[in-house]
Amino acid sequence: MPVYLDHAATTPLRPEALEAMLPYLRDHYGNPSGSHTLARRARLAIDEARDSVAEALGCRASEVVFTGGGTEADNQAIAGVLAVRGGVAVCSAVEHHAVLHAVERAGGRIVGVDDRGTIDLDRLAAELDALARSGTPVGVVSVMLANNEVGTVQPLEAVAATVARHTPGAVVHTDAVHATPWIDVARAAQAAALVSVSAHKFGGPKGVGVLVVRDGTTVAPVLVGGGQEHERRSGTHNVAGIVGLAEALRRTVAERPATVARVAAQRDRLVAGLRASVPGLVETVPAEAKTAGNAHVLIDGIENEALLYLLDRAGICASGGSACASGAMEPSHVLAAMGVPRAAAFGAVRFTLGVTTTDADVDAALAAVPSAVAQLRRGAP
Amino acid sequence: MSGGVDSSVAAARLVEAGHEVVGVTMKLWGGESDTGCCSVSDVDDARRVAQQLGIDHLVFNFGDDFARDVVGPYVAAHAAGSTPNPCIECNRHLKFDRLTRRARALGFDAVATGHHARIAPRPDGAPGLARGADRAKDQSYVVHVLVEDGLDRILFPVGDSTKVGVRAEAARLGLRTAAKPDSQDVCFISSTGGRRTFLGDRIPLRAGTVVDTAGRPVGTVPAVELVTIGQRKGLGLPGGGAPRYVVDVDVAGGVVTVGDAADLLTDRVRVAGWAWSSAGAPTGPVLVQVSAHAAPRAARIDGDDVVFEVPARRVAPGQAVVVYDPTDTWVLGGATVA
Repeated sequence: MPVYLDHAATTPLRPEALEAMLPYLRDHYGNPSGSHTLARRARLAIDEARDSVAEALGCRASEVVFTGGGTEADNQAIAGVLAVRGGVAVCSAVEHHAVLHAVERAGGRIVGVDDRGTIDLDRLAAELDALARSGTPVGVVSVMLANNEVGTVQPLEAVAATVARHTPGAVVHTDAVHATPWIDVARAAQAAALVSVSAHKFGGPKGVGVLVVRDGTTVAPVLVGGGQEHERRSGTHNVAGIVGLAEALRRTVAERPATVARVAAQRDRLVAGLRASVPGLVETVPAEAKTAGNAHVLIDGIENEALLYLLDRAGICASGGSACASGAMEPSHVLAAMGVPRAAAFGAVRFTLGVTTTDADVDAALAAVPSAVAQLRRGAP
Repeated sequence: MSGGVDSSVAAARLVEAGHEVVGVTMKLWGGESDTGCCSVSDVDDARRVAQQLGIDHLVFNFGDDFARDVVGPYVAAHAAGSTPNPCIECNRHLKFDRLTRRARALGFDAVATGHHARIAPRPDGAPGLARGADRAKDQSYVVHVLVEDGLDRILFPVGDSTKVGVRAEAARLGLRTAAKPDSQDVCFISSTGGRRTFLGDRIPLRAGTVVDTAGRPVGTVPAVELVTIGQRKGLGLPGGGAPRYVVDVDVAGGVVTVGDAADLLTDRVRVAGWAWSSAGAPTGPVLVQVSAHAAPRAARIDGDDVVFEVPARRVAPGQAVVVYDPTDTWVLGGATVA
């Protein structure tokens, strides 16, 4: 098996999550919206999963809306609020495209960040004031808890306080998809009325997520139909997926302090080793400002497409941070917003560690990267 | 691998020959386009063929290079009144430079493409560039830039085959691209908007006056930048009389000169930037081809001039002229019409 250092893209399914899911893929196949024995069995699983997720995310069970993933949750947070309240959407320039494109599509406003990727609270305040002065109501403000590319943790409480001060009444949403493995979402996202989570980023299955909708906030559904999830998300429940999400989240939260400590040490060793062995390599955001598993670096004079191929051949799975539909690397909007020059952004490589990362994985990367960079700089093997 | 049948079969043949092969699709253009090798569905075809052949498939984003080295000069040339061949510039700067440099850095010995052209030992033993076996599909004209340098690291695995043979082989191998139509147009220009929309979005298109060879105004054109030497239609001329052709375009002055067929004839074309094979500039009779599908014409080379035996229609500035040996087999060199 290759060395997997792309946990921000997706994570391996936790064995416990798989075990929890299997009965619902085999025997308990009932539709939880029904009334007979098999349906009730599935309903029980959904209800228990909802309680478990609510505890892990610091909300009430009634506030948990199961979705088809993080992108759907983010889309609903933006479009669902605007549909109910009107007004414009505002987000940071480093949001995941699931938020950014939803805000752009609604004609919203984008607020810049500093060179670490942290939202500029003064610019946020100025943008909100300008909208208020022009008589434009602000429907929703979306700022992610942590960035998926460079790992930057955002000051969400300060964002919420800024929103409350300048445009009271606007709904605050946070995309906690990348943050969940690393940050206590229950506490850190308390100030947000809407919170997005995606199962496959913390050892759950793909295609299932959560939008927390706190009591007192109303979001319109994006999908209509059978009226599941209290009319907030129609569609037959992904029972096995929801069970897997809940089990993976429960384990993630229980193990989180130990995971963060272990992975942060591995990450620090990886980055220190790379900086010592690869000339012209810098860590994009300093460790104290970001999530524990993120080792995003910029390598001078290197094209990440070429480097990632050589690393793949050496058995190392890493990422450039952003790719388009065809699979080609695209210069990152996150790095551009941080003021990283376009040429330097082509040298971006994102190693992301996770629960299953071993010290041997770090050793393998430390062995492979310097020689691959040297080969590319020579222009020949 | 563009997602077309030729590069699909080229890859299949290399795999069959036992080479270690990786398929690459270059992503060159993010704008609106419906042909060529840039669309996501073409990348899908390339990837599916690679999967079928059991080889890795990569997408390289060379969009910045393409914009700088192909699209930018294409637009600038039109603004200056010349008509370049962007496929040749793409081969020069992207396939046979950017891509080959990356391939070398990644440890590969050669880059193979699906072009219908051949690389073979010349009579003097040096590697030479020759026309493809399928004369009707021959692409040696658009790859002629290789003749000066670089033949040792390029492979054309389908150059010995006919197009019909390539399609038959693709069908035999069950490749999804077997019946895919050939791409025809400039890949970055959509067929709906066309050249006019593409250029109009990038440079100001200015109306021009059409005059005859005596300087008398006879018509107008909406965009002088889109007029090409030899053009006959779209000049706002009254019907009847002898056909008239564009014999000169003065973009700066906004004047298009038309004349009859005889005014278009010339036996001499001034070029710039000769690139010759290792055998150097030819001194004797040669054949010269002035567009991708024109018939080659007997000529000789006189410094920066091509002198044709029989006068023929003027060639638009920016077009490539490619020089072949008298047997119409070997590419000897090429240049751009000044």
